[in-house]
Amino acid sequence: MFDYHALAPDFIVAGTVLAVLGADLFLPRERKWLAAVVGILGLTVALIPIVTLAASDDSVRSMMDGSYVIDDFALVLKAFFILTGYIVLLMSVAYVEADRYYQGEYYFLVLASLLGGMVMASSRDLISLFVGLELVSGPAFLLAGWKKADARSNEAALKFFIIGVLSAAILLYGMSLVYGMTGSLSFDGIREASASVAEEPVFVLGILLVLVGFGFKVSAVPFHFWAPDTYEGAPTPVTAYLSVGSKAAGFVGILLVSYVAFAGAPEIWGPALWILAALSMIVGNLIALRQENIVRLLAYSSIAHAGFMLVPFAAAALVEGDSLNQAFEATVTYVLIYGIMNLGAFAVVIAAARRTGSGQIRDWSGLGSYAPGISILLTLFFFSLAGIPPLAGWYAKFVMFLAVLQNANGWTIALAAIAALNAVIALYYYARVVQSVWMDPAPDEVAPDPEPSGVAPSLGLAFGMLAVAVIVVGVFPEAVGQFAKAASAIAGG
Amino acid sequence: MTLAQFLVLSAALFSIGIYGVLIRRNAVLVLLSVELMLAAVNINFVAFGRYFADSTAGGQVFALFVVTVAAAEVGIGLAIVLLIFRNRASANIDELDVLKW
Repeated sequence: MFDYHALAPDFIVAGTVLAVLGADLFLPRERKWLAAVVGILGLTVALIPIVTLAASDDSVRSMMDGSYVIDDFALVLKAFFILTGYIVLLMSVAYVEADRYYQGEYYFLVLASLLGGMVMASSRDLISLFVGLELVSGPAFLLAGWKKADARSNEAALKFFIIGVLSAAILLYGMSLVYGMTGSLSFDGIREASASVAEEPVFVLGILLVLVGFGFKVSAVPFHFWAPDTYEGAPTPVTAYLSVGSKAAGFVGILLVSYVAFAGAPEIWGPALWILAALSMIVGNLIALRQENIVRLLAYSSIAHAGFMLVPFAAAALVEGDSLNQAFEATVTYVLIYGIMNLGAFAVVIAAARRTGSGQIRDWSGLGSYAPGISILLTLFFFSLAGIPPLAGWYAKFVMFLAVLQNANGWTIALAAIAALNAVIALYYYARVVQSVWMDPAPDEVAPDPEPSGVAPSLGLAFGMLAVAVIVVGVFPEAVGQFAKAASAIAGG
Repeated sequence: MTLAQFLVLSAALFSIGIYGVLIRRNAVLVLLSVELMLAAVNINFVAFGRYFADSTAGGQVFALFVVTVAAAEVGIGLAIVLLIFRNRASANIDELDVLKW
């Protein structure tokens, strides 16, 4: 019944989670960072079975009556979550150590949340999807409030928590209606039964409520309002995790329900996601234009990126024919590339905020003259987010437009036009930060560098990996494209 | 008792829960309202599970998972509310305005 080879990545990460918690008990205070080393080693080991599974002949391994499946999609997303965790741990070590707050538990919660994402990637029924989602969210609520004495962090946690449980309740109510109309909890069962009930209003309501639930999770407009506050108040490495890991988990959920469970009813979710995509791009980008705080700017930019990721869904649903695979591939590509460049942007924020002592964009003016290394990295990741070739971001936008315009009709062309317009608006506010850093004059008295030896080695390693990834993926987009292509095999069931 | 009666009860509970989340200003009462919504979900699942006489008892199993996860979430939520109460001596969510919405 259990295929231990297939479950090995999840088991190893679960074991790592417990090992980190155990290690924390025995480590003296000044050596707590070793708990992060345990976590990183565990994640590295967990990558081994992913590689061997990808190389094995059984491309689909199904367990528990098809509720838990290891296929290419699951493997690609599991690897993505593991690498995200890897980078987030590297980004966190110096940051958490400076605060001396419960470090061991911090790493434990990051890894537990990550495990939830891995479970979601394999889940092929509503129960395991829900349990995985809650495993992603629960630790994330606590991480957002990690700075216990800081009122802003408290507030971030409470807002995130209330929105999180509210969206979970809405999602569950939707799931219960879907179960009630189809009599099945497995995605395959729902898809087979959906043909006969696609016209039923209750089924439509169920699908829409499920999408609303995930809409909160990926912070798509109009369900986005918690994101800027939570991102600003939470510790920056946690914000990086929320904007990449937690958002990717939300997209795994939307991808699975839309393309697998509700593959028979694209006429229901297509228009709904068209609206979400258009609103997210427009509202996210327009509000980002007038942000003064760098984290809030990135929060609105991540809302806008969620809109870009939703564009292929609408395109797939609104045109006739077999475009589901390509749209699926486009969204997966976008999620993977967005993960790399957004983690990079937040790593820059951590380094630059420590150097300047501020998260306000105006306080970063002239950063290029006294911290050129950080400024070059900032330019790299922000231009990648804007989609300028040869950095990775261009390919994400390219496949998105390709998926939309492949089988174009009036609706998809309108959406592509909105996306193109927004790509230009986004370029403006990313470029504004870069311009401020390089061209504006530095303040008369630059505070001395709190770390004369440069950024912490762990953060430096994260920078190195992300910078190489952004350039390599930009020049050889197939490096990511082929994974997304393999993952898209499950679209349409 | 028919299926419809359970569904009406659940829809009413869910609506009361949403109303409470929107209207209540005390964080603990907001949490209680969310619990009402989850109770509505459980009624739906158990009622549908019974209606389908599903051999794997999917609806009932889902309800058990929802109960378990809800308990864990309330634990997290009360911890956060307690933290805020310690720092500000208030659990009123309107007073949380350090970060602009």
